Amino acid sequence: MAARSMFEKVWDDHVVGDGLLFIDLHLVHEVTSPQAFDGLRLAGRRVRRPDRTLATADHNVPTGRDQPDQLSQAQLDALSRNCEEFGVPLYGLGHRRQGIVHVIGPELGVTQPGMTIVCGDSHTSTHGAFGALAFGIGTSEVEHVLATQTLPQSRPQTMLISYRGSLGVGCTAKDLILGTIAQIGTDGATSHAVEYHGEAIAALSMEGRMTVANMSIEAGARAGMIAPDDTTFAYMEGRPGVPANFAEAVERWRGLATDQGATFDTTVVVDVPALAPQVSWGTNPGQVAPITGAVPEPADESDERALTYMDLRPGTPMSEIAVDRVFLGSCTNARIEDLRAAAEIVRGRQVASTVQAMVVPGSVMVKAQAEREGLDEVFKAAGFDWRGAGCSMCLGMNPDILAPGERCASTSNRNFEGRQGRGGRTHLLSPAMAAAAAVTGRLTDVRELV
Amino acid sequence: MKPVTVISGKVAALDRANVDTDQIIPKQFLKRVERSGFGEFLFWDWFRQPGFPLNRIEFHGAPILAAGRNFGSGSSREHAPWALQDYGYEAVVAPSFSDIFYSNCTKIGLLPVELPEPDVRELLDNAPQPATIDLAAQTVTLPSGRASRFEIDAEIKERLLNGWDEIALTENRVAEIERYEATRERVGPDTLTL
Repeated sequence: MAARSMFEKVWDDHVVGDGLLFIDLHLVHEVTSPQAFDGLRLAGRRVRRPDRTLATADHNVPTGRDQPDQLSQAQLDALSRNCEEFGVPLYGLGHRRQGIVHVIGPELGVTQPGMTIVCGDSHTSTHGAFGALAFGIGTSEVEHVLATQTLPQSRPQTMLISYRGSLGVGCTAKDLILGTIAQIGTDGATSHAVEYHGEAIAALSMEGRMTVANMSIEAGARAGMIAPDDTTFAYMEGRPGVPANFAEAVERWRGLATDQGATFDTTVVVDVPALAPQVSWGTNPGQVAPITGAVPEPADESDERALTYMDLRPGTPMSEIAVDRVFLGSCTNARIEDLRAAAEIVRGRQVASTVQAMVVPGSVMVKAQAEREGLDEVFKAAGFDWRGAGCSMCLGMNPDILAPGERCASTSNRNFEGRQGRGGRTHLLSPAMAAAAAVTGRLTDVRELV
Repeated sequence: MKPVTVISGKVAALDRANVDTDQIIPKQFLKRVERSGFGEFLFWDWFRQPGFPLNRIEFHGAPILAAGRNFGSGSSREHAPWALQDYGYEAVVAPSFSDIFYSNCTKIGLLPVELPEPDVRELLDNAPQPATIDLAAQTVTLPSGRASRFEIDAEIKERLLNGWDEIALTENRVAEIERYEATRERVGPDTLTL
């Protein structure tokens, strides 16, 4: 057989027939599923494979002591009713396994190499960190997968993003992916399934790899994959969802890596040692500058609009931009390692008096782990608000939102206009960089604090 | 889904690149559990800003929206195409689309049309002058009278032309799915026994 890429192996494995792909795991949440369940009900259809389906509540759950607003509660109630009626397992609000859908899949061990995984959420690409083919879908497709456990798909093109060299001190997976999107643009990988490869990728923890794969969609990619290796298997071993015969599964998974001689439609090379910690300055995730740099001159109308919205002037050093809020959370950066990295910077320091800072762990399990390690005390002592699990201020569907004009250093994935609250201004950065901004009150090169 | 065949009429121009789905429909409107009625929330913040192009009276009632490249980037929310369709658009023409948005449009019969940049430019610069989109012929007749050809997946095209229910089409292939499940499906993870 001809040499194949990892993507091609997983794809070929799941082709049911002409243009139809079998889905191994369907993750469901409250926001993009109610209309899909309604559709099933109207047509008298059932969920074909509840055993391949898993639901949680994450997008609009409160993370403080407040109750959900009426509409959010109605949506959460609809999810509970739908899961009950159709026999879908649900980790709802208050469950010990509740959390952001892209955090709980991996931590439960149901995200596995070689699988096809979909969810009505664009950041489903996260699961590609395990060598799964994972992608976001719309509500009509959610209904289609619920009904048939398959999805009509056209085969994407393939792209290899090859990382040369290793990350410097203070630089993280977030800087790697922000730098990549800045290089190729927010549509640089459109209609491609991406494979991330190179020593900087291999050196990342699973948390770091998930951060990279998570933001594949911010470069427009259909999916982003990383070959499973010993780091992957060590992370997975012992988690509830992994195969009983783990060693045998590992042997199978090792065969997923791209064959020597396999070709890609497009190849991109990223020079890793050249990357300083990255921060976004604009209103899409490709508008990014190194913290050592300055707000750039606008290159087009899009940049001009972004500068106006962000209230920034070209030439302003990035490290002189003051922030009002710090958000440490989201499916990009709310895993245990992210919290550890931020806590390390925060320890023994205080949140600046001009800043309001919050930590929203990615799941109930991440929160419990952090509390076992005493990280909650570190954050609280410094003046951070320590919250419950959910998507929170990444998209502001719950009460955690920015006020108009507020500027936020955020570990999330999107700096779109109004994303974190109408008129709010978002700067994307790594957890360590967010922690540094919290204690200094401005965007700060974390390397000055380590 | 209603069949999509020929769409003819005024063109509304949104001459911006990278229009993301957070702009098309902001998150506060994603809490509804219904599928209809999203049109009034379309471009909620932008419609309230002075000079937003789609506020121009001559663009009202246009069935065709022309926009810049990478239209529909970001969130997978199908609420974005729902809102565009409910507002009255039947087709969106742009030099490129985000993949998920494009796919979502094809599921509900909102026709996404990818044209070369200069042809989209002609639509934008001459809006609201009318255009005609013929799905069967895969052409857009521009204001100048010239027909520009666009590509679309053959299966998607046939489904749109006929207004077919995609789930029903797949259900016709249940034997194939059963065969896959019986012979090729990998074991687990079983979410019911976690």
